Amino acid sequence: MAHRMLALLCMMLFTLAVGATPPLRGSGDLGLVIERGSGSVRIVDTTRQLEIGRVTGLGDLSHASAVFSRDQRYAYVFGRDGGLSKIDLLAGTLVKRILQAGNAIGGAISQDGRLVVAQNYEPGGIKAFDAETLEQVADVPASYGSEGKRSKVVGLADLPGQRFAYALFDAGEIRVTDLSDPAQPKTAVYPAGKQPYDGLVTPDGRYYIAGLFGEDGLALLDTWQPQLGVRKILAGYGKGETPLPVYKMPHLRGWSIAGNRAYLPAIGHHEVLVVDTRSWQEVGRIAVKSQPVFVMARPDGREVWVNFAFPDNSWVQVIDTLSDTVVETLQPGKAVLHMEFTPRGEAIWISSRDDNTVTVYDTARHAPLKTLGVDSPSGVFFSARAARIGF
Amino acid sequence: MYPNKVIRPCVAGLAIFGIAIADARADRPAELIRLVRQDCGSCHGLTLQGGLGPALTPAALRDRPPEALFVAILHGRTGTPMPPFRGILDETDARWIVAKLLAGFPQEAH
Ligand code: HEC
Repeated sequence: MAHRMLALLCMMLFTLAVGATPPLRGSGDLGLVIERGSGSVRIVDTTRQLEIGRVTGLGDLSHASAVFSRDQRYAYVFGRDGGLSKIDLLAGTLVKRILQAGNAIGGAISQDGRLVVAQNYEPGGIKAFDAETLEQVADVPASYGSEGKRSKVVGLADLPGQRFAYALFDAGEIRVTDLSDPAQPKTAVYPAGKQPYDGLVTPDGRYYIAGLFGEDGLALLDTWQPQLGVRKILAGYGKGETPLPVYKMPHLRGWSIAGNRAYLPAIGHHEVLVVDTRSWQEVGRIAVKSQPVFVMARPDGREVWVNFAFPDNSWVQVIDTLSDTVVETLQPGKAVLHMEFTPRGEAIWISSRDDNTVTVYDTARHAPLKTLGVDSPSGVFFSARAARIGF
Repeated sequence: MYPNKVIRPCVAGLAIFGIAIADARADRPAELIRLVRQDCGSCHGLTLQGGLGPALTPAALRDRPPEALFVAILHGRTGTPMPPFRGILDETDARWIVAKLLAGFPQEAH
């Protein structure tokens, strides 16, 4: 008892002594919400479900995404205009910002957390930066053909061993670049199919999958046995049906995997395709409301949440993975652009661009818990991504 | 000759209808600006400097025949991700968008 009193007294004195210094806290439950129109981000606390800071001056964030340092203190935000910004989540400040390309589309962080890699449309290729200083350490152009053309790069994902997999939209290839020695990048090239639009790596870092816009099917590379080359999966999934217009490209990431199944968006068909990740055979198709954009498994894999392309982007549907049926249809707000689960999935944060809100849903009841006002929100990214391969 | 009684409500009705149409069209530019910046922007960039789709700035479109742009918007470009917007946009909308793209597309009012 006396001990406890003493400890309490000590704590109070300490608190008084440090005065203005904020109390110590972790950053494992923090995250970022991109404010698309104003070039800023809000820093959020996912435990208390509130905003704790805002960082401005980050340029054109119209297709921005973020990765996290492995200590989960820093976020690296990739902007459309080629901006790469390092943000201190705890201090709520911009540490450094560089312009690394003319037109960029996202990035990744290496297995050891030392390299931040950006994927660029213009000039097409990837570039690696020191995660500490943002000094450029490697430039790997996505050149193809004999005339020195460069392709837009999509679907960049980290692989174990300081490697990065990505796809070339214009060249129809998957490439794997080994950056264990950034001064000497080694790149392997695999023909993949027509117009890859995005890619994902399975949570174990083994399989890289590129979605194809130009054909019905996806390209699969087993990075444990890359010499086997690319295999088509779900080939001809739209056979016999006229493709519907795609007003927004779907996004792929490791979140598609639930247990032994991958839930993948069809292109030009209002369906989610289900494939067994051991045989890579199709095991089902689920009709959904419109063109799926994000098809995200809750971390426990029991549910998959789906949002949709313009003009049906005010809807979200929930698929139950036991029955593989849609069990809920929600309208969180106008122009739902992104969703992010908390690390263990009790909640999902959904951004509604045209309502200027981010709504936190309870995933057990599928009911809203809280709504935060955010200026034209798009991507929502939580620091727990730091610990996941392919994020 | 119609009796006055019938004509008057009829004219009044038309007038109201006319105003309603005018109002819907009056809001249309703001809707179109938002649509182009945000939803075309997902492929062409919020600043229209390009993304998966090419830049749609006056400089980038300088040598393009307006008719080709009009057709691209309404009918898409087969074999590329450019989707057809007919059904969402009518010809008046598409013509308005082409004219504004060529002149420098307006910013959204905040
Ligand atoms: C899903 C992606 C996507 C969306 C959404 C999209 N575009 Fe495109 N757009 C493209 C691509 C890709 C091209 C290039 C096609 C080609 O290679 O000819 C293109 C081409 C064009 C062109 C022809 C440009 C030229 O230089 O000839 C115009 C004009 C255009 N888009 C306008 C629009 C407008 C207006 C909207 C919204 C109403 C829109 N686009 C929405 C992907 C898209």
